Amino acid sequence: MISSRLRVDLIAGALILVGVGLMLYKVFNLGFPLLPGESREVWTVESKISFHPLRDHGPVEIELNLPEPVAGWQVLDEHFASSGFGFSVTERHGERWAVWTRQQLEEPSTLYFKAQVFRPDVNGLAEQRIPSAPKQLLEKDQQAAMDRLIAKLREQSTGARTFTALLINALRQGDDPDAEFLLSTWEDEPDQVLLAVLARADVPARALRGIRLQDGRRRQTLSWLLEVHNGKESLVFDPETAQRGLPDNFFVWERGGGEILNVIGAQDSRLEFALVSNSLPAKSVLLMDERVDKFALLDFSIYSLPVEQQGVFKGLLLIPVAALVVVVMRLLVGLKTSGTFMPILIAIAFMQTTLWVGLAMFIVIVSIGLWIRSWLSHMNLLLVSRISAVVIVVIFLMAGLAIASYKLGFDQVLTVTFFPTIILSWTIERMSILWEEDGPHEVLVQGGGSLLVAVLAYLAMSNSLMSYLTFNFPELMLSLLGVILLLGKYTGYRLSELYRFRALGRDA
Amino acid sequence: MKFLASPAVLRRSGILGMNERNIGLIGKFNPRCNFPLVDDKLKTKQAAEELGIPVPELYGVVEFQFEVRDLIKHLAPLTSFVIKPSQGSGGKGILVITGRDGENYIKSSGAVVGEDHVRRHVSNVLAGLHSLGGRNDKAMVEALIDFDPYLAKYSFEGVPDIRVIVLKGVPVMAMMRCATHASDGKANLHQGAVGVGLDIATGMAVSAVQHGSLCERHPDTGASFEELLIPGWEQVLELAAQCVDMTGMDYIGADIVLDRTRGATLLELNARPGLSIQVANQSGLRHRLAIANQIADSTEDTAEKIARAREAFAVHR
Repeated sequence: MISSRLRVDLIAGALILVGVGLMLYKVFNLGFPLLPGESREVWTVESKISFHPLRDHGPVEIELNLPEPVAGWQVLDEHFASSGFGFSVTERHGERWAVWTRQQLEEPSTLYFKAQVFRPDVNGLAEQRIPSAPKQLLEKDQQAAMDRLIAKLREQSTGARTFTALLINALRQGDDPDAEFLLSTWEDEPDQVLLAVLARADVPARALRGIRLQDGRRRQTLSWLLEVHNGKESLVFDPETAQRGLPDNFFVWERGGGEILNVIGAQDSRLEFALVSNSLPAKSVLLMDERVDKFALLDFSIYSLPVEQQGVFKGLLLIPVAALVVVVMRLLVGLKTSGTFMPILIAIAFMQTTLWVGLAMFIVIVSIGLWIRSWLSHMNLLLVSRISAVVIVVIFLMAGLAIASYKLGFDQVLTVTFFPTIILSWTIERMSILWEEDGPHEVLVQGGGSLLVAVLAYLAMSNSLMSYLTFNFPELMLSLLGVILLLGKYTGYRLSELYRFRALGRDA
Repeated sequence: MKFLASPAVLRRSGILGMNERNIGLIGKFNPRCNFPLVDDKLKTKQAAEELGIPVPELYGVVEFQFEVRDLIKHLAPLTSFVIKPSQGSGGKGILVITGRDGENYIKSSGAVVGEDHVRRHVSNVLAGLHSLGGRNDKAMVEALIDFDPYLAKYSFEGVPDIRVIVLKGVPVMAMMRCATHASDGKANLHQGAVGVGLDIATGMAVSAVQHGSLCERHPDTGASFEELLIPGWEQVLELAAQCVDMTGMDYIGADIVLDRTRGATLLELNARPGLSIQVANQSGLRHRLAIANQIADSTEDTAEKIARAREAFAVHR
């Protein structure tokens, strides 16, 4: 029978060794860099095709045009998920198509295509001739309006570039009567007006379809840019803002202007994208593709999960770090906090709000909450209804804060919704009782302690090295667990006790 | 005085830290299942009465909100009483009524309050405002301690109580907590009450500390602590030592008051006694705990344990 102290030491030691050992194995044998170093932003783009069966449950064929990387983008890795469907990748007219087929479809289904893309070199678009689009057949009055618009814009412009910019502005602002008439009578999507006018004006143009990359977006849809040829070179315009050039965060999916998704035998089909960005070391990016298949360890890494879950785990894996901060601050330093893990939840909220805005919002909400709570305590309510009242007050405060600051133009404050309502209410309740029993001094001590721990936890979690290590070496969590177990058996003095008992140690 | 003490020096002087108290004492000696007996003052009181340990007389218990309506009727015959939550911690939620002023009540501070105040206080107690973890609670109505007049000059408005730390039936360290004006009549050291370390051998004051610094006299009454000698010290130690058998806990703090007629009376027990007793005594607990452990291992007899503790922990001034 070994003592509990020894047992904890052994377990903790084993956990720490396993964690560090696995990490070292990955570093030395698999070539994962220990430090982020030169990093590449790798986007994981998960395309989700969802559709409903037709009433007759007939055969279904889904075709997805796979992206042909341009402008320096490269595709690292492609994965297809096709439960119950036949699947093949075929090539037609120089384009790659993923084809899913099934004899019978009875339930709404979802197909997935996941690609990891990154951009080693930021190039412009390669020169390509743009075939002139066929002119559309129009009603007489539309034709007349379009010609008037073209004539007017030609007069004001110097070439294809300025013509296109002016046209986008005219269509967007809606102060030109002809442009307005065209938009209001157009039966097709309003986007097509732009292309139709350009086609009629004999300006070679086409849609450049792709995805705007935003980290953490779950339901992004396809968007497009306008590509115009002015006789010498290709120009790219944003059809909404007339801004020129290819934005850095735009991943071009399809350049030819053709279809992206063909669905036969199903209805209500949707194509949505979930996006996550990871900062990966350049070295591992280049070699990851081949390795994933070779080593089981990597196959079971977080990278093998669907993108949405990867995004969630990116956050979850940071929580142990915050927990360690709380353990250290409470057991080694001896800070008083209001609620054991309340600082972690506040720190997670800070991750969304950014530090200073978050701190300001927290202090404002808790102060006003305390003021209202002191008024509630005069009403002599029972505990549960009092706390529920505080919850409602907190929600009102959050809404009020968001509305007021939005009107004043501080968009950042809208992230106030990331604060955990119930935790805020309990914080206010506890502080209020503390105030009544031990006075404002103790409220400042505990409130300040909680905030200090929350800020330290936030700093640890938002550290880029920390998020790199936790995400790329999740096995380090085992080591963290070992350290926390060891700290749970720490019987030495806390820093605060060195101060508290400072008068006692002198005549030893 | 240095801003921080060196850990090595603290260790040599045997100062007990919070982490070590939690793991090495409470976790080791106090079984979790016995906590309710100590945390619930009603249960403590019943257990003490079974063993014949003197406790303040219980007038009644308010358990449900509807009983609050008839409370005033039941309080009518009483001129003085104390209302406290049965699971309160750190002396919170204690209402002390020392007398009557017509329909109104006089608090220990001299303030006069109405019936409403008393009812609201009991409602808050029942809702768990003052209790561990905010759980619903019961309110106890007890007899006011008629404390020994000798000690009156050492306390401002409140009752001075004596905390004795006991390990396995061996009294280890003791202090008296004296309420002051700064502590608002409460006997909490961190709120400004004076902690007076007591010599286990004699019941005389060893040192007195307010807000972490030494003091000679009570800041409000001016009484000198040097002359303090707890009357009936023997009785206090015996009572404290008995509590270990009663609770099944080996490491506890017993809070004892001296009643004018009944002598040493058990107020409450604490399964997680704080560390400030070390500051009041200007001395560490660790060495004494080690000796107490040896004493407890060598004898089973309570009187013997007390005698040997008084010998071992005597402070020579």
